[in-house]
Amino acid sequence: MKQTKIFRNIWLGVENVLMHKLRSFLTMLGVVFGVGSVVAMLSVGEGASKEALEQIRKLGSNNIIISAVKSAEEEAMATTHSHMSIYGLTYDDQFRVAESFSSIRKAAPVKLMRKESRLRERAMELRVVGTTPEWFELVPREVLAGRVLLPADQDKQAPVAVLTEFGARKILATENTIGQTFRIGGDEFEIVGIIKSESGQAGNIQIPDQQIDVYIPIEVARKYFGDITFIHTSGSRTLEQVELHQIIVQVDNTDNVEATASAIEEMLKRFHKKKDYIISVPLALLKQAEATKRTFNIVLGSIAGISLLVGGIGIMNIMLASVTERTREIGIRRAIGAKRRQIVLQFLIETVVLSTTGGIIGLGVGALIPFLITYFSGMMTVLTLSGVLFPLLISMTIGIIFGLYPAMHAARVDPIVALRHE
Amino acid sequence: MAEPPITENNEIIKLDKARKTYQMGMQEVHALDGVTVSFKKGSFWAIMGPSGSGKSTMMNILGCLDRLTSGRYLLEGRNISSFDDDSLSELRLKYLGFIFQSFNLIPQLTVQRNIELPLYYLGWDAIRSAKRAEELAEEVGLGGRLDHRPTELSGGEMQRVAIARSLANDPQVIFADEPTGNLDSSTGEQILELLVKLNKQGKTIIMVTHEPNIAKHAHNQLHMIDGVIDRIE
Repeated sequence: MKQTKIFRNIWLGVENVLMHKLRSFLTMLGVVFGVGSVVAMLSVGEGASKEALEQIRKLGSNNIIISAVKSAEEEAMATTHSHMSIYGLTYDDQFRVAESFSSIRKAAPVKLMRKESRLRERAMELRVVGTTPEWFELVPREVLAGRVLLPADQDKQAPVAVLTEFGARKILATENTIGQTFRIGGDEFEIVGIIKSESGQAGNIQIPDQQIDVYIPIEVARKYFGDITFIHTSGSRTLEQVELHQIIVQVDNTDNVEATASAIEEMLKRFHKKKDYIISVPLALLKQAEATKRTFNIVLGSIAGISLLVGGIGIMNIMLASVTERTREIGIRRAIGAKRRQIVLQFLIETVVLSTTGGIIGLGVGALIPFLITYFSGMMTVLTLSGVLFPLLISMTIGIIFGLYPAMHAARVDPIVALRHE
Repeated sequence: MAEPPITENNEIIKLDKARKTYQMGMQEVHALDGVTVSFKKGSFWAIMGPSGSGKSTMMNILGCLDRLTSGRYLLEGRNISSFDDDSLSELRLKYLGFIFQSFNLIPQLTVQRNIELPLYYLGWDAIRSAKRAEELAEEVGLGGRLDHRPTELSGGEMQRVAIARSLANDPQVIFADEPTGNLDSSTGEQILELLVKLNKQGKTIIMVTHEPNIAKHAHNQLHMIDGVIDRIE
């Protein structure tokens, strides 16, 4: 009984709102945009965090990636003929980094080179990654067949290789996978495993693995291919000597990541005359994402706040006008026996119906905005349940707050005066 | 404090030294200046008098829309002079019905909704209310007009809707404030006949009018002047 009464009250409110469709729609526009921006804000913020977490998962959340780069001076020198660039990380760097910090749990050296690979008539250029078994712990990817590199491969300097799914499809086609031998450069390797791979950028950090990778023990890479690379560029050829292209380090605790990164930087500075390395911290992406989220929250939050305020005042304004316009109606209701609080309730419900309807429409608009953002900028957006319920709750609250004054105003109408009101 | 027994003569309303004073600038105006009168159950009264005589104030007081400055108002023996706003609303809702010169229907609502209005505040459910509204519309001769809006009706029809509405709560007393004032004379006659019929069914009717032609339908005429009763016929 009590419940049906509430529904009836709400229904009467809806009827009254529907009586003036255009006016009601214009009245609720402010709330529509306010709620729309709240929804958009929440979903963009949520998307930014989720995207960052996704990227960090690909990069390894506690990892620090030290990469070799050609310093600016080397870059300039490289144009002169028959010059050999010597730069990048060294085996000593790897040893020092791994041994100097107690916070470092694991470190994987990475040696990169491009080699033509061949299995009978099928050939493609692969990126050869000379590394240690630690790689597979620091850059964890699903093992599809066989195994990853083992310490024993290292010790025996075994010519074994782990392919990515992509490489395996190209090189092996439909042939039996594990145990197959193929050539990298001029040497034969046995395929011991196939793993999945990720690729591309995560924020401004390159993901360590690529689709065209083949993983071999670093000792084998060094023995077979050496540290010197020939680079052919339009007729001329230059030489480069790089011992290690990357060192990937895992820190024991998220809290220590930044401190360790700057300590590594300090240490490398002492041993390198030129700045021929960069240090990337995946965790920084989270900070970036949070900064993005904060910016969005401030910008959209202010828009939302102002829109909601304006929307609320708009509703209040219209409701006050409506009270004046309906003075006679109020008088009639009072004469018939409506109590003051029933008049308050009637107008309050109308306002809440207005603002909540505005909220629901705003939800639609708000769901469209993140969709467009994702479509045009590629930024990830996520609509959560709380991201939907919270704005709805806000719109209801707006209705109550800004509806209360007009409703009280309505209840103060003197029936005797109101009945003579024209 | 013991209330005097007043229902012995079948009295439904009694005013005892009723006084209503308004502050007009520096001046005090006695719209009711110590009126003592009683109305019997089932009677039909016309309150008459020139404008400013206090008949409107009398109506507002009797209809529980306003409160006395001093004196007593007894409704079925209960002293309601000290009732607060909510209690007076409750009285109007349960015991009283109103008919106005300008009909005072809510224009946005259909005829049915207008008639149902008191039932809504009485907490009736939708089905019962609809049934009651239909019966009442039939009773006042408005069957088949339930879905119309007041603006689509003639003056006489609107007043019939207002009468149906005033009857919805099955009131003890119906107050009619110049019920024929906005109607042509033949329509006014019909409305008055309806009131007479209701009176015969046992409703107490108190009507304010300044037209002797209309007033003659009532059993009793109360003439007011300057806030006091001039004479009762």
